[in-house]
Amino acid sequence: MRSIYVIMLLPLVLIAAFWLIARLEGPAASTRPGFFQRNGIGIGLYLIIAVGFWAIFIIILPMVYMVDLSFRPKLPPAQIGGPKDVYTLENYRFFLFGSTTSTANWNWIHINAFFSTIAASIVITLLNFVICYPLAYHMAQSAKLESLRVLLLLLIIPYWVNDILRAFALRVLLSTGGVINQALAGLGLTSEPIDFLAANVGLYTGLSYAYLLLMIFPLYNAIESLDKNQIEAARDLGAPWWHIHTFIVMPHAKPGIASGCTLVFMLCTGAVATPMVLGGPSTLWFTPIVYDRFYELFNWPQGAAYAFLLLMACVLFVLTVLRLTGLKLGEIAR
Amino acid sequence: MTSGRFQRIMFAIYVAMFFAYLLGPLVVMAISAFNTPEYPQVWPLEGFTTDWFGRLFADNDLMEGFRTSLWIGLLVVCISVPIGLAGAIVMTQIATTARSFYYLVVVSPVLTPGVIIGISTVVFWREFTLVTGTRFLYDGIILTVLGQSSFISAYCMLIVLARLQRFDRSQEEAALDLGASYPQVFLHILLPYLKPALFSAAVLAFLSSFENYNTTTFAILSDKSLTTVLAGRVRQGSTPSISALATLIVGVTIVAAITYEVLKRRDDRRARERQVAAIRAEEAELSLATAQ
Repeated sequence: MRSIYVIMLLPLVLIAAFWLIARLEGPAASTRPGFFQRNGIGIGLYLIIAVGFWAIFIIILPMVYMVDLSFRPKLPPAQIGGPKDVYTLENYRFFLFGSTTSTANWNWIHINAFFSTIAASIVITLLNFVICYPLAYHMAQSAKLESLRVLLLLLIIPYWVNDILRAFALRVLLSTGGVINQALAGLGLTSEPIDFLAANVGLYTGLSYAYLLLMIFPLYNAIESLDKNQIEAARDLGAPWWHIHTFIVMPHAKPGIASGCTLVFMLCTGAVATPMVLGGPSTLWFTPIVYDRFYELFNWPQGAAYAFLLLMACVLFVLTVLRLTGLKLGEIAR
Repeated sequence: MTSGRFQRIMFAIYVAMFFAYLLGPLVVMAISAFNTPEYPQVWPLEGFTTDWFGRLFADNDLMEGFRTSLWIGLLVVCISVPIGLAGAIVMTQIATTARSFYYLVVVSPVLTPGVIIGISTVVFWREFTLVTGTRFLYDGIILTVLGQSSFISAYCMLIVLARLQRFDRSQEEAALDLGASYPQVFLHILLPYLKPALFSAAVLAFLSSFENYNTTTFAILSDKSLTTVLAGRVRQGSTPSISALATLIVGVTIVAAITYEVLKRRDDRRARERQVAAIRAEEAELSLATAQ
C-alpha cells in the first residue's frame, strides 16, 4: 500500500484529539457559547476550513510525508506501493558512508559539509549578535526620536533587497577584479589579487551581511520595552556599564536575543542563494548538496533524508536555545 | 568627562562602520550599474550609461519571471491574509489545553528553513495529485503559492494576533447587549478594528513572497519566477544588468519607505492633535461640571 494513504488518516486522528480535548474541557467551557453559536455557521465554517487547510494540507501532511519518504528506497514509479516499497535506512546510510549497502568508508564530503555548515552558522550568529547589540541598545535606549527615525529608515531600505542581490553586491566588492582588490593593489598592499571567494571569506561575509537585520530588529524591540529608570537606578547605585548590560539589559532582552539568534541560524543553515553566488569551487555548504539530490540526481528519497537531517539540526538548535534561556516557544516566535 | 567624549567618538565610529557595511555594497553596486564596462566595475568610471536598465526590460525571461512573481505574490496575499486572520481568531477561542500544541503547529513554519518547506511541499503534492487524479494541480505556480503560504500565513497570523490582543472585549459585549448577533459583531466591530493589521499583513505577505528564493527554487518546478531567473543569471556570470535591477529595487524601496514615513508622521500629528483636543474638551467639561 502506498504510504500516502496511511498518512492521510493522520488528520482524522488529529481532529479527533482536538475534539476530545474540547470535550474534556467541557464542564468549564459549558457556560460559554459553543463554537458555531459563537461565530455563526458561515464564519465558523470559514475559520475551520481556513485553519484546517493550512494546518493539515500546508504544514503537517507535507512534512510528515517528507519524513516518511526519507525512509523509503528509490524505486521506479511502477513499483511504488509494491512489495519492494518497505521502510529502510539506506538514505541515511548513504549520508554516513557514501553507499547504500557498504559501511566500509565514511562519506567525509557530506559529513564535513553538514557539520561545517552548522559550525559556520553558529559562528555567524554570534558574530551578528556582537555587531548588532550596541546599535540596537543605542536605538532603543538613548537615541533621540529624530535620529531614531533616520536610523530605522536606513535599516529598512536594505531589508527588502533580495538575498541573491545582496550576495551579488558583495561579489562586486570581493571578486578578484573587485573594488576591494583594486583598492588593495592601488595602495600597494598586495601584488596579486586575493581570491576572497575561494577562501570562503566571501561566503561568511555574505551570510553575516544578509541576515544582519534579522538580528537587529528583534534585539531593538526587546530592549525598547525595558524601563529606562532601571538602567538609571543601576547607574546611580554605581554599577559599571558591563554590569548593567549583563545583569539588566540582556536578561530583559532574552526573548529578543533568542529569536534573533534562532532566525539568523535557521536562515544561515538553509541559505541557498548566498553559497551559490559567493561560494568558491571548494566551498562545502549543505544546501547545494540537498538541491543536487533533487534536481541533478533525481533521488528524491535521499534528498528528503538530507532535508530531514537539516531540519533536525534546526530543531536541536531551537531546543538548545530554549533550554539555555529558559523561555517558551511562544516568547521567541513573534 | 574626557572618557565620556572618547566613548562617544568610538560609538560614532562604530555606527559609521555599521552603516558602511550595511549600505556600502549596495552603493558600490549602484555605481557599477551606471558604468559602461561589460563587467560590473566601479573604478575607473569609463562613462555614464543607462543601457543596462534598457537591457533589463529587453530580457524576456526576466520580464516573464517578474510577471509570474507578481501573480504568485497576489495569490499568496489572497490565501495568507484570510488564513492568518482565521488562525489568529481560532487562537483566541481554542480550548486552553490545546492552545500550546496548536501554537506549535502553526508557528513551526516560521522556524523551518525555507528549503525544507519547499521540498516537503513538492514531494507531498506530487504524490497527492498522483493518487487523487488531480495532476493539473501539480504546477509550479500553485506549489510555490502553497509552500510560501505556510510561513507567510504564520507571519500574517502573528501580526493580526498582536492587534487582537489589545482588542477591548467590552466593545463586543456592548454590541451583543444591544442585540447584535455574533456574525454582526465579527463583520462590523472586529473586522474594522483589525483593518490596519490586515493591511500591513497584506503588504508584508506580498513583499515576502516577491523576494522569496529558498522555497521558490524547489517548488517552482519548470516555471520561472523573478528570483529563480535572477539566480540563473547571476550563476552564468556578472553583468551590470543585475546591478541595474538591484538598483531599481533599492530605488523603489527608498521611495516606498519615505512615503510610508511621511504618511505615518502625518497620522501621528493628527492623532496628537486629536488627543490634545480631547483633553481640552474633557477639561472644559470638568470645569463646567465644577461650576455647576
